[in-house]
Amino acid sequence: MTEPAPDAARPYVRYIDKTRAYYLSQGYEKPYAWANNASAPFTPLSKPLSASTVTLISTSEIAIKGDPRFDDDPETRAKGNVYDVPSATPAAMLYSRTQSYDRYATTLDDPNAYFPLDRLHEAVARGRLGKIAGNCLGVYNAYSQRKTVERDAPEVLGQCRAMGVDVAILVPV
Amino acid sequence: MSLVARHLEENGIPTVVIATARDIVESAAVPRLLFVDFPLGAPCGEPWNAGQQSAVLEMAFRMLETASAPRTTVEAGLRWSKGQRWKDLIFTEEQPFLPGEAGEEWLKKKEAYRRMKAEGRI
Repeated sequence: MTEPAPDAARPYVRYIDKTRAYYLSQGYEKPYAWANNASAPFTPLSKPLSASTVTLISTSEIAIKGDPRFDDDPETRAKGNVYDVPSATPAAMLYSRTQSYDRYATTLDDPNAYFPLDRLHEAVARGRLGKIAGNCLGVYNAYSQRKTVERDAPEVLGQCRAMGVDVAILVPV
Repeated sequence: MSLVARHLEENGIPTVVIATARDIVESAAVPRLLFVDFPLGAPCGEPWNAGQQSAVLEMAFRMLETASAPRTTVEAGLRWSKGQRWKDLIFTEEQPFLPGEAGEEWLKKKEAYRRMKAEGRI
């Protein structure tokens, strides 16, 4: 089979199939059961974006340089939980600790590629958004859909409500 | 992440998910997905390409304004500037997803999770 040219279009990657095959080949027998739902809820905007408070929610293990909360602790991350990243944090202070990215194709050196905080501030400055909530939120992967649904998602909702968030932008890495 | 979006939306907060793993997010079923056909790690545009990152966000804003039903997926229509080979190579023996230290780090987290679970701490 001839390989397509490097820049020839390819269909999007089917990660569910690809990771299943990959982990089987690595000796893991039980495939990960990805969440599967037949329907989704829907809430329209209640006011214009230019009058809305927006937050950013990330599973990129976004962290702040020099902040002891992010000292290496596999237990914290394994536990899965919700933490805040003040939206006034300069992007130069942000970094990601995730290993779950394509290290051959890209880098995590520019946080705005997965945690676009500067771009959001710019959108506020030009009046496209009302404002950014005081905090953005990080959510560690809980390894358990039940924990995400029963514990982390309600925690995120509570923090969003406390900050008066009207709209949330969510970015898995 | 998709499950968090669903929960917020169920409780009255509109959401948009910006992601590279289209099949995973569509399987979970979210209200709005902006699909960016880029490698894992760059869902919001290529590193250091501020103009493109702003364009991606603008597409997400428009989805919030215009989508009228759940499970709306919009394709950003962007092409990774360094070609498409990454799609052939991701999750292959040639490019193991978690090589060396990254794999050990992942195992450490997994072991910590198992230990805490066994001890009834989570």
